[in-house]
This record gives sequence, structure tokens and C-alpha cells, in this order.
Amino acid sequence: MTRPQEVDTAQIRARYPEMFDRPASARLAMPATIVAALAILVYGLVDLDFSPSRFFAGLSQLGWISLMMIPPDPGSSLPVYLKALGETLSIALLGTTLAAVFALPVSLLAARNVIPSQILRFPIRRFLDSIRGVDTLIWALVWINVVGLGPFAGVLAIAVSDFGAFGKLFSEAIEGADQKQVEGIRASGGSPLHEIRFGLLPQVLPVIAGQVLYFIESNTRSATIIGIVGAGGIGLQLAEQIRVLEWQRVSFLILMILVAVAAIDFVSSKLRFAIIGRRAVA
Amino acid sequence: MTLAVSILPEQQLAALNAAYGRAVARRRLRLLLGAAVFAAALLLAAVGAEVNLRTLFTYFGNFVSYFDRILTLDNGQRVWTDVGEWLWGWRKWLKMLGETLLISYVGTLIGATLAFCLNFFAAENTSPAPWLRFVVRRLLEFARTVPGIVFALIFVIAFGLGPMAGVLAIAIHSTGALGKLFSEIVENADMKPVEGIRSTGASWLACMRFAIVPQVTAGYASYALLRFEINVREASVMGFVGAGGIGQELVVAIRKFYYSDVSAILLTIIITVFIIDIGTGWLRGRLFGREART
Repeated sequence: MTRPQEVDTAQIRARYPEMFDRPASARLAMPATIVAALAILVYGLVDLDFSPSRFFAGLSQLGWISLMMIPPDPGSSLPVYLKALGETLSIALLGTTLAAVFALPVSLLAARNVIPSQILRFPIRRFLDSIRGVDTLIWALVWINVVGLGPFAGVLAIAVSDFGAFGKLFSEAIEGADQKQVEGIRASGGSPLHEIRFGLLPQVLPVIAGQVLYFIESNTRSATIIGIVGAGGIGLQLAEQIRVLEWQRVSFLILMILVAVAAIDFVSSKLRFAIIGRRAVA
Repeated sequence: MTLAVSILPEQQLAALNAAYGRAVARRRLRLLLGAAVFAAALLLAAVGAEVNLRTLFTYFGNFVSYFDRILTLDNGQRVWTDVGEWLWGWRKWLKMLGETLLISYVGTLIGATLAFCLNFFAAENTSPAPWLRFVVRRLLEFARTVPGIVFALIFVIAFGLGPMAGVLAIAIHSTGALGKLFSEIVENADMKPVEGIRSTGASWLACMRFAIVPQVTAGYASYALLRFEINVREASVMGFVGAGGIGQELVVAIRKFYYSDVSAILLTIIITVFIIDIGTGWLRGRLFGREART
């Protein structure tokens, strides 16, 4: 064994100055960020009326509530809940399908390789962005004003808010498509419509189908909550039972939602694998 | 110039054509079958969701005119002719918007911290025990699957009306969502540094601190910023159930038909969401380079 050589610190310092003398700004950046983040956190906690006593009182309340939730029990309204669950699934399926049908033509207009003109695309993109900026629950409230309380308002709310999301996702899928096939169609004398039908759509349809399935899945979740503002489905029952403090029914409804979401997840991931292949999903 | 196109002999062509026809026919049949099943499901769903096209037809005008109404002031003028009158409550609304942003900030930070503490137990390669991993994973799954607003409904009863319930609801939901994403990053981390540190006799905690954390912080921060963006949207509706933020004002305006207020509040929400989206996108680009932005 050889003894380690005497380390000549000064020489190493001279050779790698950036390792030993980082500028103060670089060294201070991280602590400064953390301090700033904590300062905002403390300000937020004060401004939002957080107090330890309130927090712990609430926590013990929550403990009581959780105890009262056991065991989950639907009482005598199981058929009503099952019907509500069916309604929720219907809302998700119909809303997503409607959104996809309307979003496809619009997304073509928002894609760079279909409409090269920036002036035409820009307003369409901003329009889609604004629709996405508004939450599904807000759309549900608006549609309730228009078609009245009930699941139909929920369908329309999901359709509108997904329309914004689909428009963006589809147009990105279209922009990612291979341009060679479109050029091939054009070279053989196809019209612009032919280019879209035979050049673009075969490439993007599997991607789009995967996205639509994924949204049906995530909309099952959204559809459970739009009932809270009165747009039908299981959320309506859930909000009602929470308001009248029937905790056993609440826990039963939450369990129902969890099981339904898990089942939909399972089916739709199987379907997605079947449509676009295992590789493309992962 | 003429091109010679070789045409196959009749027999061979017929065989190939027949094979092609069969292959296409099978695909078409499957597609048709799928379409039929889908159509049946849609029909069933339409009955279940009480879809009534006549209602839609009669009331669709209402939808369009609703936007006409929310863009009209009480005196019958268009809103943009008198911006001062339209945005009359801007002080109050800005304050509520600030509260919304604070709710999402505090909620995201608490959620990210909890997720950070939990994710090492949930990741396949770092979890100390399989049963612990199972428990933590189920916990995160539960927090993720129950919608934030359902937590808010329950918390409003436990903690009382006000932003505290909103913050906690957002924090729990973010813990579930971020915990999963964080643990996926950890699963993709390089395990060689861990082996190196463990070979020096370090504890599990030291392995995590010095081998895993330096690899994953950038990914964590990127996901946390993304979550903040989502939480701003979510916090904007927390007020619907009394859990603080601008949603309170919005739901009152919609329910009481204060039309021009609805458009004013919606406008402020959309602008805020835009600014936050652009801001966090810029920040992520600054911090982690272009590839982290997607």
C-alpha cells in the first residue's frame, strides 16, 4: 500500500478556480429561493387563517367523521346510487365523444402543417386556450343556466371543456405526423382534402383514439364531481349525503366511485393497448 | 420518356388480389364491429344521461344568448364600452384571485413536501419493505383518485368554511398525484451511486440523501411546477363548495344572474391562468432546459 501523496491544495485551487470560488450569486441562489418560498408559505398560512388550534380541532373532527364512515352502508338507496353511477359513466362517454367529434375539424385548422398561415391559426389557438382555462365545473354551472339541472348539462359541460383540450392535443398529433405521405398524395394529384383523408388521418387516428380513450377514463373522474353543482350523476348524491352528514353512505359512495374508476381504467388501458400497441403507450 | 411498368402474370395477380381482399375484409369487419359496439354504448349512454335533443335545440339559442347577456352591462351597452363599470369590483376580485393563488401555492408546497417524504417508500428500487410499499402506494392511489373537490366538501365540514379546507384538499390531492410521479422518477434513477454509498456503510436515509436526491431534484421541481399550474385551476372552483378563493364570487354571480360580473370574473380567471401557464413554462425552461418543458 502506498501512502497517499501530500495534497497540494494551492495548486489544485489554481487549476480549478471555478470549483473553489463560485461567484456569490451562484452560491446564494439556492438558499435565497428556499427562503423566499418559505416566506411566501408563512405569509400564505397567516393570510388564509391557518392556526394550530383550528387545524387540530379540525383534525379530531375529521377523525370522528372517518370513524362514523365505518362500515360503508348504502342504506336502502343502492338502486338509486347504481343508477346515478350509470348516469355518471354515460355523461363521461357522451361528453368525450361529442368533444372529439367537434374538435377534430377544428384541430385541423389549428395545425401548422395544414394551415400554414399564422394569422389564421393564432385566433383558433387562443380560442381553444381560453376554453381550457375555464374549469369543467364552471361550464357545468353555465350549462345548468341554459338547459336546466340534470345530467344533460353535465354532458355539455364535459363536451365543451374537453373540446378545448382535444383541439390542442389533436393539432399537436397532426403536427407530429410524417409529411412524406401527404407529399406522396399531392404528387399523385390528390386534392387538399385527399391529402388530409389519405395522408394525415391514417397516421393520426390511432393516436387520437388513444387520447379519446384516456379522456373517457379521466372524465369518469370529472363526471363524478360535476354533480356537486347539480349537473347529475353520482356527485349529486355524494354532495347531498355529505350535506346531511350521512357518513356511512358517503363512504359507500366514495368506494363505488373508486371501484368504477379502477374498472374503467382497466378496460380502457386494455383497449388502448389493442388499438395503438403496447410500445406506443409506454 | 416512357416508363416500363412491369405487370405480373394474370394468375399471380389474381392470387395476390384475393389475399389482399381477404386481409382488408377482415380488418373492415373488425372496424365495423367495433363501431357498432361503440354506437350501441353511445345510445345506451344517451338514454342514461337523459339526452334530449329537442331541449338542446330549443335552448341552444340560450347558450349563445347567454354569452351575449354576460357581455352586456346593466344599461344595455356592451361591456367594453365602459371598462370601469364592467370591472367595478376589481379590487375585491384581485384580492380573491390573490387568495386563490395563495391557496394553490400553499397546497402545492404542502402536497409536494408530503409526496417527497412518501415517494421513496413507494418506489420499487428504494422501498425498505414490500408491505410498506404496498401500503404507501394504496394511500397515494386513494388520495389521487378521490377528486379534490370531494375532499374539500368533507374538509369544509371538519375545518369550517374558508380557505383552509381548500388548501388541505389541494394538498392531499397533490400528494397523491405527485407521489406517483416522484416515485416513477426515483425508479428511473441510476442505482450505482446508491451501491457506492451503501458500500461505505451508510444508512438507508444517507443513501437516499446523497445518492438519489441529487439525481431527482430537477424532475421533482418540474413536476411540482406543473402541478401548481393545475392547482390554480382547481383552486378557482374550490369556492363553489365554500373552500375559499374566487370561486365563491363566481358562483354567486352565476346563480344570481349578475351577468356582466360573470364575464368580468371569468376574464380575470382566464388571464390569471394564462399568466401562470406562461410563467411556469418559462421558469421550467429556464431551470431545466427545453426538454423539461414537454
